[in-house]
Amino acid sequence: MLCATSRFLAATALRAQPRGRGPAPRCRRRELHFPGHPELPLCDFLTGQLGRPSVPAGRRAILRRGRMPPAVGGGLAGSELRVRRGRCGSQAARAVGPDVAVEAAARSHKRPAPGSRHFEAAGRWALLALVTLLSFATRFHRLDEPPHICWDETHFGKMGSYYINRTFFFDVHPPLGKFCASLGSLLVPFAYLTVLELSKSLPAALLTAALLTFDTGCLTLSQYILLDPILMFFIMAAMLSMVKYNSCADRPFSAPWWFWLSLTGINLAGALGVKFVGLFIIVQVGWNTISDLWHLFGDLSLSLVTVGKHLTARILCLIVLPLALYTATYAVHFMVLNKSGPGDGFFSSAFQARLSGNNLHNASIPEHLAYGSVITVKNLRMAIGYLHSHRHLYPEGVGARQQQVTTYLHKDYNNLWIIKKHNTNSDPLDPSFPVEFVRHGDIIRLEHKETSRNLHSHYHEAPLTRKHYQVTGYGINGTGDSNDFWRIEVVNRKFGNRIKVLRSRIRFIHLVTGCVLGSSGKVLPKWGWEQLEVTCTPYLKETLNSIWNVEDHINPKLPNISLDVLQPSFPEILLESHMVMIRGNNGLKPKDNEFTSKPWHWPINYQGLRFSGINDTDFRVYLLGNPVVWWLNLLSIALYLLSGSIIAVAMQRGARLPPEVEGLSQVLLRGGGQLLLGWTLHYFPFFLMGRILYFHHYFPAMLFSSMLTGVLWDTLLRLCAWSLASSSLARGIHAVGIVSLLLGAAYSFYLFHPLAYGMVGPLAQDPRSPMAGLRWLESWDF
Amino acid sequence: MLGFLQRPVVVTADINLNVVALTALGLLSRLWRLSYPRAVVFDEVYYGQYVSFYMKRLFFLDGSGPPLGHMLLALGGYLGGFDGNFLWNRIGAEYSSNVPVWSLRLLPALAGALSVPMAYQIVWELRFSHCAAMGAALLVLIENALITQARLMLLESVLIFFNLLAMLSYLKLCNSQKHRPFSLSWWFWLTLTGVACSCAVGIKYMGVFTYLLVLGVAAVHAWHLIGDRTLSNVCVLCHLLARAVALLVIPVIMYLLFFYVHLVLLCRSGPHDQIMSSAFQASLEGGLARITQGQPLEVAYGSQVTLRNVFGKPVPCWLHSHQNTYPMIYENGRGSSHQQQVTCYPFKDVNNWWIVKDPGRHQLVVNSPPRPVRHGDIVQLVHGMTTRLLNTHDVAAPLSPHSQEVSCYIDYNISMPAQNLWRLDIVNRESSTEVWKTILSEVRFVHVNTSAILKLSGAHLPDWGFRQLEVVGEKLSPGYHESMVWNVEEHRYGRSQEQKERELELHSPTQMDLSRNLSFMARFSELQWRMLTVRSDDSEHKYSSTPLDWVTLDTNIAYWLHPTTSAQIHLLGNIVIWASASLATVVYVLLLCWYLLRRRRSICDLPEDSWLRWVLAGALCAGGWAVNYLPFFLMEKTLFLYHYLPALTFQILLLPVVLQHISDHLCRSQLQRSLFSALVVAWYSCACHVFNTLRPLTYGDKSLSPGELRALRWKESWDILIRKHQ
Repeated sequence: MLCATSRFLAATALRAQPRGRGPAPRCRRRELHFPGHPELPLCDFLTGQLGRPSVPAGRRAILRRGRMPPAVGGGLAGSELRVRRGRCGSQAARAVGPDVAVEAAARSHKRPAPGSRHFEAAGRWALLALVTLLSFATRFHRLDEPPHICWDETHFGKMGSYYINRTFFFDVHPPLGKFCASLGSLLVPFAYLTVLELSKSLPAALLTAALLTFDTGCLTLSQYILLDPILMFFIMAAMLSMVKYNSCADRPFSAPWWFWLSLTGINLAGALGVKFVGLFIIVQVGWNTISDLWHLFGDLSLSLVTVGKHLTARILCLIVLPLALYTATYAVHFMVLNKSGPGDGFFSSAFQARLSGNNLHNASIPEHLAYGSVITVKNLRMAIGYLHSHRHLYPEGVGARQQQVTTYLHKDYNNLWIIKKHNTNSDPLDPSFPVEFVRHGDIIRLEHKETSRNLHSHYHEAPLTRKHYQVTGYGINGTGDSNDFWRIEVVNRKFGNRIKVLRSRIRFIHLVTGCVLGSSGKVLPKWGWEQLEVTCTPYLKETLNSIWNVEDHINPKLPNISLDVLQPSFPEILLESHMVMIRGNNGLKPKDNEFTSKPWHWPINYQGLRFSGINDTDFRVYLLGNPVVWWLNLLSIALYLLSGSIIAVAMQRGARLPPEVEGLSQVLLRGGGQLLLGWTLHYFPFFLMGRILYFHHYFPAMLFSSMLTGVLWDTLLRLCAWSLASSSLARGIHAVGIVSLLLGAAYSFYLFHPLAYGMVGPLAQDPRSPMAGLRWLESWDF
Repeated sequence: MLGFLQRPVVVTADINLNVVALTALGLLSRLWRLSYPRAVVFDEVYYGQYVSFYMKRLFFLDGSGPPLGHMLLALGGYLGGFDGNFLWNRIGAEYSSNVPVWSLRLLPALAGALSVPMAYQIVWELRFSHCAAMGAALLVLIENALITQARLMLLESVLIFFNLLAMLSYLKLCNSQKHRPFSLSWWFWLTLTGVACSCAVGIKYMGVFTYLLVLGVAAVHAWHLIGDRTLSNVCVLCHLLARAVALLVIPVIMYLLFFYVHLVLLCRSGPHDQIMSSAFQASLEGGLARITQGQPLEVAYGSQVTLRNVFGKPVPCWLHSHQNTYPMIYENGRGSSHQQQVTCYPFKDVNNWWIVKDPGRHQLVVNSPPRPVRHGDIVQLVHGMTTRLLNTHDVAAPLSPHSQEVSCYIDYNISMPAQNLWRLDIVNRESSTEVWKTILSEVRFVHVNTSAILKLSGAHLPDWGFRQLEVVGEKLSPGYHESMVWNVEEHRYGRSQEQKERELELHSPTQMDLSRNLSFMARFSELQWRMLTVRSDDSEHKYSSTPLDWVTLDTNIAYWLHPTTSAQIHLLGNIVIWASASLATVVYVLLLCWYLLRRRRSICDLPEDSWLRWVLAGALCAGGWAVNYLPFFLMEKTLFLYHYLPALTFQILLLPVVLQHISDHLCRSQLQRSLFSALVVAWYSCACHVFNTLRPLTYGDKSLSPGELRALRWKESWDILIRKHQ
């Protein structure tokens, strides 16, 4: 607490006099900002309380000054704490008396008024315990209902079982989330502690805790096997540890400092490991760290070496440590999932070589391509698959009515092709012929093994990509026409070189039209079995879509070599799986005519998400935020922006604010600013995302918004109370305000709790339903 | 009073001959042989057709940008007396004699020419030397890509012109701010900033980036103004208000004005009518208006209507049914109800007619007086030609198995009762008893038994459904979506009792009274929304490129090739300028970081005023480059080299700034300074040489031999056209 006060002082001094060096003007400034108790010897007081004897006085002071901690205790809150601890003079007590009363009143319904320091600390712990307990109680109440799978549980539950069977799979989210169980209950105490640290005000923290405990949305989300509670846990934990380490900023390199710093890093790794949404909290911590370093750097009393140490410490704890942990998660992921499974085809040939059960695992195949080899050809672009053909024709009206050529993600005997010379149809595997290798620049023919048709292209437009040419299977038993001739080229190699299996990146150039064989990545309609379109593109741009590699290779006349040399290194695996994940994530696009959740729906709680049950006989759970809480949050953001800009403009105009207001506005601007930044970072990027979005994506942002609400209302009520300080009414305002907000949240939870704990019976449109009066928006369907 | 009589009237004029000379050079370089080639060059084929539409006043919809740019080009056509009769179908097509090529290309060329003296002015207003300002202008003058783009009927040069104008007028404002705030010239520049910004936005959406940059810089300056304690509160408030009006209100009004003029000009129905809502179409002359003119407004029981889906994607279509039934078994083995198909059909057809029926009565004609249908009423919809009733039930739809099948009910006498009652839900109602109006009302049909909503799923049915669009009953997600909303387009009161007569009646055109009035704001918001959401179908082009290719000029665009010789026009930049501008940006950023770090440690390398100058120049020029370039990395549309030109212009402005800075502050001795100047002169002559070498490709006036062309291919990736047989 005291440490926070000092930081506040430091910050105000910084703001008021950025380039001041000597301690004397700083002291003067401090007094300026505390005219309520001007004779308090703050400088001495602070150094006495906080300074470590080993640090020279001047440097110590600057250490504190040179930072811009987001967590700045209000002068009001700080002094009031001093009152409770009995360390301040009576002047201070007089100055802040009403507020102490206010706060005591605010707390009185929760715990007895503190008598001594012991009681105080105990009460504090008891309050935390109470908050935690309440949170656990709400989250664990009726946890085992419904006994069937809800919504995304299908998805994540399935993945859990994959881990158990060690089958390789592919998912759009990083793996850590599936290891964990529900952590949603801890969110509330974390939020409580964060707000307490930022605002130094118990009522604000309590209000936040109540908002989150009584939010039906958070509650519902925490009760199911989903990734979101785990993600939110790490986000909140990272935020909390960041705030904590900010408050240790006056004791750099001390044990708690290191502890919180590295804990921040660990939590960042966790957040990113669960979902990519974790990136946003990383941005927030990064921003905080950069501004922190910037202030340290501008502190002329610190030598460059010290700044360098600070920088190194942060790089170690916030970059190296999380990266190492994140990579380790992947190492575990890849180690556990070392068997071949349904996700193989998404990955490159080399990647598959490490999966046991895959035909490339421990395989040995001939190294150089020769005429007569039976091969599979894989597109280098992730998640496109193998060149494929089957005994089905393109439908009428789609180019020439010849056999379809597609790409297919799964292994299948229809993926096999034979390389033949373009001009002879003799069997090159005849032992009387010598082995002839295929070389870069050769003219070849690719014959489909199952149907004996040649890979063919001509001037007909491709089925989906109209500007490309159609690719078909043509000819009978290998006899076709000159449109079956392709020039095989290795990218970035000289003419005449042999072509290596797996490693050579090859292109097929159609001889007659000059176009390049490629896959557009578009899904064919039903007639094409929803495989991907193969085209011949006249644009000779070098994109991965038109580059292929040979994967399987069968040629009895050639010696086999082991593929183990091809095994990719760990960084390559890591990179590749990320590329595949990003593509997969971007591939989740909504269709035109479907109703999808839009980001602007979320803060206004426009529509929820059905977790289970539709009809009136079902057990229904509906993910919807507690509208009272959410609309309060929305209002608070608007109010915050308003009050924040008023204060900022007033300060910029050089208005002399009274010390109480000054302290409160510091809390509002700095603490609230951090939270607003968190909300912005976790909300607005969704507007740019093209993938399908769901209501539950808003919940991390909602946590920040609730914390902001706590800070804002506490501060506003205190400001209100302060402005009415003369009248007797003022004493009660803060207490009454906070209590009514708490009770409001609790009562609305009582009203809306069936959403989370489940409802049976008629739908809410029906006047007989118990929820009948609660369908405040027509778009809610429970 | 009569003071002017006592003193002579004196006009003193300062004429900066530099500016005059630069303007002349700019005009010369941009206007020289402007009407050559007399053929459609590259995107002229695209803009030209819109010019023709303006000339013929046909309505069109173009998603590429707001209408100001097209209107400016059309203005050129109007001044040249173009009648709009030209078939814009092929690049390289010869212009017929009625096309005033010179005047069509004049405005972009003028804009390009004026950019040259403006570059001079901007660097000068940034408080750098005349020498630097001249340098900037001369660089803009000999940049081949800017010349090519300005000499054709394209919009980039106009966009660049307004970008520079916005910046210049803001700088003028800043400089007059110190001495004479609220003077006439102050107001003039302030307003001009807003106007130029809105014009930039009005030409291409890209202009928004420059607008935001100007707004950002203005906000920072305003924040300093707030912190300026020598000003009174009232004064600060006046400053802020003036800025808010000029930079926020004026651009909005101007933007609306562009659309107003656009809509006034395009008053006839044209090729893109179908995309717009019925109400919008009805406001155009001809087209739907001709049909709907005189329709009854209020839908009554017994009305014959066609129902159009409001969402209109993938194609605009009308609720439709026909004799054919759903197949018993689909390809994938699922079964259907085998009842009559209900689809959405993108063409006008007699089978699109439905009759609104009161479930309580049997008659299919309108009573007199007509009984209007209101919000919340239960109706049945009878298909006009087959007299079957619109029905949905708990059977999976053919292509969207999560939704219900919609059919016209056939009683097979099996245990599948008719469920043909629909509750009318008027979405855009103002009161709960509002009457269902033709064209204006947007309605949903909520099924009474299952509360499913009639919806266009967007999927195309297979052959058995004649590839028409699938219509389903959506039960799962009843959130508001336009694909569930329908409106009455054609409407008449049914008079015929007998089916035969009724069929005749359905075939005959509608004739009755309807007052139509759609406000400008409604038309504007619909048009703007459609423009933003209209999707360009194909996203590949031979000359498309990625933003990374642009910085190093790894790509070019072949604009035009002479039909017989190898004279050709390319969009190809002056690579020396291109490379040094990129280099200058890097140098600027590095130097800025270095200075910032040093200043943080209280080491000030630069005097305060030159530091401020340096930062402002960077914020505007390097910032202008960044905001006009970096967003392209996030865009998914097809990108071309010419998208980089606005960013490049800002980068070129930064170049002399950096050079002067190096000469002033980094060259320690006079000798170094002279050496540096010599280097700069050598470098500029080099740039001139490159300009001269690439000139045939810029103007396309000289046919080069294949050998010369091959020699010009300095980069592997440049695609210069070489004729095989000559």
